[in-house]
Amino acid sequence: MSIFLDKNTKVIVQGITGSEGSYHTSRMLEYGTKIAGGVTPGKGGQKTEHGLPVFDTVRDAVDATGATHTCIFVPPPFAADALFEAHDAGITFAVCITEGIPVHDVLRVVATTPGMRIIGPNCPGLISPGKSLIGIMPGHVFKEGSVGLVSRSGTLTYEVVDLLTRAGYGQSTCVGIGGDPIIGTTFVDCLREFANDSQTEALVLCGEIGGSDEEDAAAFIREHMPGMPIVAFIGGMNAPPGKSLGHAGAIISGAFGTAQSKIAAFEAAGVPVADRPSAIPGLLAQRVPATV
Amino acid sequence: MNLMEYQGKELFRRAGIPVPRGYHAAAPARAAELATPDVPEWVVKAQVLMGGRGKAGKVKFAKSPDDVASVAEEIMATPMPPNRQNPKGERVNSVLVEEKLPIVKEAYCAIAIDRTTKRPVIMVSRFGGMDIEEVSEKHPESIAKFFVDTAIGYSPFIGRELAFQAELDPGYRKAFPAIVGGIYELFFRYGAKLIEINPLVLTSDGRVMASDAKVELDDDALYKNPEFKEWQETLPLDEDEALAAQAGLGTRNFRRFDGNVGTIANGAGLAMATMDAVRNAGGNFANFLDVGGGANAERVRNCYELVVNHTGAKVMFINIFGGITRCDEVAKGIVEALNTTKSRKVPLVIRLTGTNEEQGRKILADAKMTPVETMDQGAARAVELAA
Repeated sequence: MSIFLDKNTKVIVQGITGSEGSYHTSRMLEYGTKIAGGVTPGKGGQKTEHGLPVFDTVRDAVDATGATHTCIFVPPPFAADALFEAHDAGITFAVCITEGIPVHDVLRVVATTPGMRIIGPNCPGLISPGKSLIGIMPGHVFKEGSVGLVSRSGTLTYEVVDLLTRAGYGQSTCVGIGGDPIIGTTFVDCLREFANDSQTEALVLCGEIGGSDEEDAAAFIREHMPGMPIVAFIGGMNAPPGKSLGHAGAIISGAFGTAQSKIAAFEAAGVPVADRPSAIPGLLAQRVPATV
Repeated sequence: MNLMEYQGKELFRRAGIPVPRGYHAAAPARAAELATPDVPEWVVKAQVLMGGRGKAGKVKFAKSPDDVASVAEEIMATPMPPNRQNPKGERVNSVLVEEKLPIVKEAYCAIAIDRTTKRPVIMVSRFGGMDIEEVSEKHPESIAKFFVDTAIGYSPFIGRELAFQAELDPGYRKAFPAIVGGIYELFFRYGAKLIEINPLVLTSDGRVMASDAKVELDDDALYKNPEFKEWQETLPLDEDEALAAQAGLGTRNFRRFDGNVGTIANGAGLAMATMDAVRNAGGNFANFLDVGGGANAERVRNCYELVVNHTGAKVMFINIFGGITRCDEVAKGIVEALNTTKSRKVPLVIRLTGTNEEQGRKILADAKMTPVETMDQGAARAVELAA
């Protein structure tokens, strides 16, 4: 098993004929993702350059293909609408790659789309190595195995995965939840799934300064996952307060969201915090042997 | 986008939130002209985005129109004193002149977005006039919060409940629910990330008024309100943001610090981790820089020049993980950028990993640039070279 997606997951792409959507559809197909088609209003009935059917509406796409998952590449002013449309058509899992969606739009979407899990927005997506990839992650960096990973960042995730793979740790599912202040799926949401996944034997959590998601994750681990070997990393330990660095969510205000508070929370939950990405495999090795 | 006080108060007026009688003026003579004799005392406030106006002597009282002119002149004569983010301070281009209020109490009232509950949160405290961070340290129990269910929206009971919970002076009670309703309305109408009234004052004649206004609008939502474009053009970017914009980067992608190890990385998370690596190696980073997606020659050159021209970097640590962006493309970009830049040359430490790593390394080697193997090694080498 893996979480959120496996080799049979049927995916549609909203914004499939745009340059980003089209390019990453090719990458996902190369990786083996079962992409059933895409949606671009007004281009229904056409075929994409990949030979996939294009539909005018998500409802048409779902009716014709039975897709459950969507990957959204539409521009920010239309992204909330795309998510509402997906929800209305019965999609249960949406990965929103779009960066720069008004935060009030995101608030409205997450509050009113029960039954649909949203990854992102402004995220690289997720991958179950060897099975399927939804989003923009470079598939070849990953290797199938038993370590689950959740991260707020993109390139740092690839860095960490690369280190894990080189150290002999393959991955079950890696989720890039996004660095925005309001996101659909948090660390805790992913932990809940990983706790019940038979393939996942250990976890790596890549957090960041700002917010309290990591503290919430630590509390959850303490209560619900005491046996799981978990290693954490916090990016931005040396960032100054008051200014966001790249990710809008990576901002420290007052005593909230500091690296110190996150490290303390993880350590109190028995989760060692690596002081640098390269220390992650070593800390993992103290808890679980390399498998791949 | 952070609004100036006078702009925030313009929005407050639209939502019926009471603000002191006053006017905005860009020149001392104009300020004096607008001062009517029926007001016994005025307060003249510098319109700047930097905090700490009071301490900097940029808020002053005046008793006559002539007095208003000379006080405004004095306030506008010098910039706000510099701080870390604004090493040159901030020019005072205008003032807000308001009737001086007979204040008996100061409270705090704000609305923001709560990440954990994913709801708007309204915060109220009876300790107004100081930073909310300070209040949350000294009197955490004094802050009353309400997380609004947006499907239901605001209803006056929320304001009443908060006023009781925060133990606001009874003088606030009658006006308070409508004021909170006002900031809630503005929050949604204009896509704000924060609206703060600090202080919300109670006067000796029983009025409740927003004595200050802090409004942060969501940059991503500005397209919905084109009217703010005009305001945006009048607002100063802080220097780092302005420099980033000139280099073609997002305003959040670049920040300067005091160290001497320049950093360039792709992706915000990796860029932060790169800074951490420099610190771990015993050095000090000169900046945060996320080149964003792609790293062609022009972009790498712009970033390189941005860092060497505007920070104290004595060495440059370039840390790229090639995911979708291929290492050979990045390597070509680096070589070309360094060959064509007219800025000063500093030693380079390059670390390239990921897609097409081998080809990338070869391109660098052919150009007599030797990449390091890992992020830690790169940081150590950069710190050594900067010493």
